[in-house]
Amino acid sequence: MLIFVVRRLLTAIPTLFVIITLSFFLIRVAPGGPFNQERGLSPEVKANLERAYGLDDPLWEQYLRYLGNLLKGDFGPSYNLPDFTVRELFEKGLPVSIQIGTSALILALIVGGTLGVIAALNQNRTADYAVIATAAAGSTIPTFVIAPIIQLVFGLTWTLLPIGGWGGGAFVNKIGPVITLSLPQIAIVARLMRGSMIESLRSHHIRTARALGLSEWSVVVRHALRGALLPIISYAGPAAAALLTGSIVVETIFAIPGVGRYFVDAALNRDYTLVMGTVVVIAIFTILFNLAVDILYAVVDPRVRYD
Amino acid sequence: MQIRNLLKASVFAAGLVLANGVIVAPAWAEVVYNRGSAAEPETVDPHKTSTVYEAHVLRDLFEGLVMQDAKAELIPGAAESWTVSDDGKVYIFKIRQGAAWSDGSPVTAEDFVYSFRRLEDPATGAEYASMLYPIVNAEEVNAGKGKPEDMGVKAVDANTLEITLKAPTPYFLEMLTHQAAYPVNKASIEKLGADWIKPGNLISNGAYTLAEWVPNDHIKMVKNPKFHDADNVKIDVVNFIPTEDRSSAMKRFEAGELDSYDDLPTEQLSDLKAKFGDQIRVAPYLGTYYYAIKTDKAPWDNVELRTAISEAIDRDFLAEKVWGNSMFPGYSMVPPGIEGYTPAMAKFAEMSQIDREDEAKKILEKLGYTPEKPLKMEIRYNTSENHKNTAVAIQEQLKPLGIEVTLLNTDTKTHYGHLEQKGDYDVARAGWIADYQDPETFLGISLKASGNNYSNYDSPKYEEAMAKAAAAGGNPEERLKLLSEAERILIDEVGNIPLLYYSFHNIVSPKLVGFEDNVMDVHPSRFISKTE
Repeated sequence: MLIFVVRRLLTAIPTLFVIITLSFFLIRVAPGGPFNQERGLSPEVKANLERAYGLDDPLWEQYLRYLGNLLKGDFGPSYNLPDFTVRELFEKGLPVSIQIGTSALILALIVGGTLGVIAALNQNRTADYAVIATAAAGSTIPTFVIAPIIQLVFGLTWTLLPIGGWGGGAFVNKIGPVITLSLPQIAIVARLMRGSMIESLRSHHIRTARALGLSEWSVVVRHALRGALLPIISYAGPAAAALLTGSIVVETIFAIPGVGRYFVDAALNRDYTLVMGTVVVIAIFTILFNLAVDILYAVVDPRVRYD
Repeated sequence: MQIRNLLKASVFAAGLVLANGVIVAPAWAEVVYNRGSAAEPETVDPHKTSTVYEAHVLRDLFEGLVMQDAKAELIPGAAESWTVSDDGKVYIFKIRQGAAWSDGSPVTAEDFVYSFRRLEDPATGAEYASMLYPIVNAEEVNAGKGKPEDMGVKAVDANTLEITLKAPTPYFLEMLTHQAAYPVNKASIEKLGADWIKPGNLISNGAYTLAEWVPNDHIKMVKNPKFHDADNVKIDVVNFIPTEDRSSAMKRFEAGELDSYDDLPTEQLSDLKAKFGDQIRVAPYLGTYYYAIKTDKAPWDNVELRTAISEAIDRDFLAEKVWGNSMFPGYSMVPPGIEGYTPAMAKFAEMSQIDREDEAKKILEKLGYTPEKPLKMEIRYNTSENHKNTAVAIQEQLKPLGIEVTLLNTDTKTHYGHLEQKGDYDVARAGWIADYQDPETFLGISLKASGNNYSNYDSPKYEEAMAKAAAAGGNPEERLKLLSEAERILIDEVGNIPLLYYSFHNIVSPKLVGFEDNVMDVHPSRFISKTE
């Protein structure tokens, strides 16, 4: 197992290298640059700026320098927020996104999972239809509709929650963003869970368990659920990577300082270093969570072994 | 019975405590102003500033030689007085006695010498270095062709600063109100390097000091007790709170999370006005929304054709239907509102839209363009719902006259990158917001040498008229008249197509006193107070 993990982490290095290299050159192909704006700059001023940020050097030189700095953990300064380095921006923003994302994911797994099991156990009965209908609604209503409704109802009408802001990480400030982020996930998890649970309940070992006269609780929780978890785990890995690295819609509407907005803003602003930072962070998260999925597989399913 | 009495007593006591709290608390409570903005300021280094969002923050943190009051009128800042030589070239500023940095050290003339040199130092990479270009050798230093010591800035003694200009520049004092001309603290920059700017480190000389900055969340500033006018600063804490989503911002305002916000979802403007009444403040702002048109490319090099196009555009419709009256119809490059200056309006401004269309149609027919045999024209614009709607409206307006408009949308960086590199285009959207209150800022961009001359306008007549106005620098009244004459040439030759004048749109709580509307949309927190 340990060898497997180490091997996977080692193969991640060339993957990361390819991702970094591709992104570095791709973003430079985009027209315009970090200093193009409504108020145009004189050639002298622009030359000064480019020199100050080392953008006047040949591209390959910039690339080698970037790689060198990256090895030292230096992601460079942000062009758009020059008072901060890219690393500082992530140090401040990532904990916010991770808190919101983790909460949303846990909520989705618990609520969605429970709903899915209930639906599966009541297949083609009212409870099942109710879950399917709710899940369909949950996955079709976009977050940019849900978020303002939450703000309006819970913030303005009932004044239970703040409209927006992080409030230094206060619990009430997280409720709206977490619910908004988790609703579509709950819907997806519920549907996945329902499907895999129905399949699992039909399998031979469950029939054997029933034939042996095990209690319903034991059949469902100890035997059926375990087998039904595999698709959820394979979904949760990439979903976690996406959720934990923030959501631009939720962060913008609730005005919370996560890193999700950087993915879009940095590209639009041609903030090259910040774009690279976001790429590296997402890549690392994706690699780690996919690894976690594979490890969890081995834990849940005794047939899976990495030797 | 006893229990009930005990209950009563506790309720009474609790009530007393509560009531007491309510009555007494305001006497000690710090006054907090939650100031919403539509975007995150990019930096708190005055020399790295590039947007208006920094301007609001820096104006509270720092104090330049001269500043603006609540009505955007010029007032003494770190300098308590100044004199200008008869030839208009030498300014002598007396630094305020007792002016201090937030660490208690005195603000001296030497601080300004250091700061102005830093702004022009090519290594700083200051986007607004041009704010001090009127100073002798400043532009040369910025271009790497001169030594900083040779700049026309000298500390005669600790309290006397002498600035020498290349030529009389009547708007120089206005330029000095710009945040790029604020002083920075030499000692802390030399000691802390790049970290001098961090909250807790930053030493400033304005009404507030920087306490916290969480990007995309808030910038917290607290009152600076060392500020010379601290006794009159009423607000103890200012929180700048960026809220990009304008609809969210409206809800945050309504819920009391924001006391003011510097933008509005303009598509909801009439509903917002009905709901919030005079808390909605929309009034002219010094900015022009225009279309650049390639004056050196056929067929757009024909003045008559450009006139016909400009004339045919129904600006009232754009202002009212597209922008919901959050913009005003514009017929000149310099918007109204600069004292002493009369903008040169396009000649057709007073004509009815129908007459204008008739006239335009005649010109186009003469040039051989009809709806059957239309002229093809492409409008480029940067991503924004309103820019798109504006272009679509113009497309519809020009169609019956025999101009077939196609639209090309790109993101902001691509758009301005293309314009800067003088890429190929017919017509492109652009806008200009005044950096300082003078017509020069709007007219300078149409000079041949300007990097912002997106129309490639090159008119010897205009260059000459602008040179003449510059030469009259010593006589402000004459100069403004000459500038207006220059603008007349630019407008008659349709060097650009001005469409709309910007307005500022603020929503301001009635609790805020001293938030005065003005054409520069300048609102220093030190002049604002808040009632409960």
